[in-house]
Amino acid sequence: MEILHFDIAAPVPAGGTRAMALVGVVASGNLEVLVERGDAPDRCAIEISTAAHGFRDLWDAVVADFVGRRAAGGLRIAINDGGARPDTVSLRLAQGVRMIEEPEA
Amino acid sequence: MTPAEILDRLFPDGHDVTTEGDLLFGRARFGGSVVHVIAATGGAPIGIDQAIRLSAAVLAITRSDDAAPILFLVDTASQRMSRRDELLGLSEYLAHLAKSLLLAEARGHRTVGLLYGGSAAGAFIATALACGTLVALPGAHPEVMDLASMARVTKLPIEVLEAKAKATPVFAPGLDNLVSVGGIAETWSPDESLAAQLAALLARPRTDDARRAGRPKSAQIVGDVIAAAQG
Amino acid sequence: MSNIRQSWYEAGARERIAALVDPRSFAEFVGPECRETSPHLGIFDLPAQFDDGIVVGSGSIVGTPVLVAAQEGRFMGGAFGEVHGAKLTGLLRAAKALARDVVIAFDTGGVRLQEANAGEIAIAEIMRAATEARIAGVRVVGLIGGRAGCYGGGGLIAGCCSTLIVSEQGRISVTGPEVIETNKGVEEFDSRDRALVWRTMGGKHRTLIGGADMFVDDDAMAFREAARAALARPARLDIDTLVAEQARLERRIAQFGEMPDASDIWRSLGIDDPQAIPDMPATGFATIVAQYRESADDAR
Repeated sequence: MEILHFDIAAPVPAGGTRAMALVGVVASGNLEVLVERGDAPDRCAIEISTAAHGFRDLWDAVVADFVGRRAAGGLRIAINDGGARPDTVSLRLAQGVRMIEEPEA
Repeated sequence: MTPAEILDRLFPDGHDVTTEGDLLFGRARFGGSVVHVIAATGGAPIGIDQAIRLSAAVLAITRSDDAAPILFLVDTASQRMSRRDELLGLSEYLAHLAKSLLLAEARGHRTVGLLYGGSAAGAFIATALACGTLVALPGAHPEVMDLASMARVTKLPIEVLEAKAKATPVFAPGLDNLVSVGGIAETWSPDESLAAQLAALLARPRTDDARRAGRPKSAQIVGDVIAAAQG
Repeated sequence: MSNIRQSWYEAGARERIAALVDPRSFAEFVGPECRETSPHLGIFDLPAQFDDGIVVGSGSIVGTPVLVAAQEGRFMGGAFGEVHGAKLTGLLRAAKALARDVVIAFDTGGVRLQEANAGEIAIAEIMRAATEARIAGVRVVGLIGGRAGCYGGGGLIAGCCSTLIVSEQGRISVTGPEVIETNKGVEEFDSRDRALVWRTMGGKHRTLIGGADMFVDDDAMAFREAARAALARPARLDIDTLVAEQARLERRIAQFGEMPDASDIWRSLGIDDPQAIPDMPATGFATIVAQYRESADDAR
């Protein structure tokens, strides 16, 4: 398995009070995204575990796009990748943010 | 060792075990009292017809309420793989056999599995692994699935599986591996008295130590779930 | 209140639990944030899942406190590995300690081959924990209606449940169709004959032959309601239960043991048009079930 770490500036902070959100399933073409609260409200830490080696540049682009578009600040994200396409990864990341921002019942 | 030889060496005071096809049933004199004996032998598959006969014997023993131990000799193949057995609900027959052994144990009959040959998959679960204590003789060959079939299902070359099996005992067939992961409590020595080894086992209370030591992660997770549930 | 039927078959493990338990009543044990992943998948370069493919915890069903488990059939076919199995073993042992009933949503192909020995022992431990809980008066309710079915060791665990609830999509078997075919030939079992698979192992046949107790539509609310009803049934596992089960399983062999196909069995149960069974919708089938099924009540 290849483990990739990203710790980058994320200009828009995530809202909500939930401590955690989980989206997706580790299956072929899919991925699991665990979203938790991190320390710095203007940074996003992402750790990716993937069996597909050598795609750092692709992940880099997806992550950069994610923190640019979404409220990713103050989040710590862990991914188990089942071989998902970049657009699926982007979707799950966006879903993860939406879930952690959801008001608690 | 044949089943007959094993029984003679286990029970020098005598026994009345008889055969019904590949199945054996009877009682043995042991240590001044009785040990019930059942066996699935011949390396034969366990289908609905075998399971139902074995469970009948276990239930009869349980109803006798004599608190005598049950020794289960095991040398089987896997569950019987057939349309008929699945049509008629093999899973229920195997589960029923396991439940019968577990209830017998709960009702005071120590259950001791003695694996002396093969046992695989669903048959292994419903016979040997359903006993409170499982011991083996050298030469026993338990497995979940043979390596060639695993290679086919996982789509990995068998050489790759063989190489990985050298690094971990967690998946490949074989007695050593099952001992390593705590599935088998003791491997008995055929050069020593089998009767003495059985007597020593029965003198000790049943323990989960081997199981816990063989799979520490499993033991930790079980504990964590119980703690969370009670918290 | 939504009228839209939520498919149990299409739902994931967490969605099934959400549908099963009362709103906001679920508390997960050893959840994904604990990152208790399989220690054995890395050697095969296989990705892990944070909950190792099973969700366990506590909740309530129409007010009744229960412990619940749901397998994720899409992760490694819902198969039992060391951690996955241990979560269910722990849940069942807790159930006995707390005298709390358990509801298990099965969705499994059996033992995870990459951890075969650990998975196999886990199955045995789960069966022991379920049986010991039941002997202590705990109900263990099994729900079967997912993509992976309830195969192999999962089928054996299901056989230790006090009540089994199954849908059309559910299948229960020890050996899967492909494995029977590979080992015994296509004459013995044509695994590509889907109709044969469902007649032999599917939810309708299991219900009619007494291999499952309640048949429901592929509807999460129907599974919830059936679980509620199952939790109200008497709880008992003692010598009388197993003696009764022994009798019904012996009777099954005597009555149906020579019949080559499920349709022969259904006809012999008194069903005039067995060919109509596979396509029959749930409501019509419920009437057939009520009239003709072999019961395993107090005999499982």
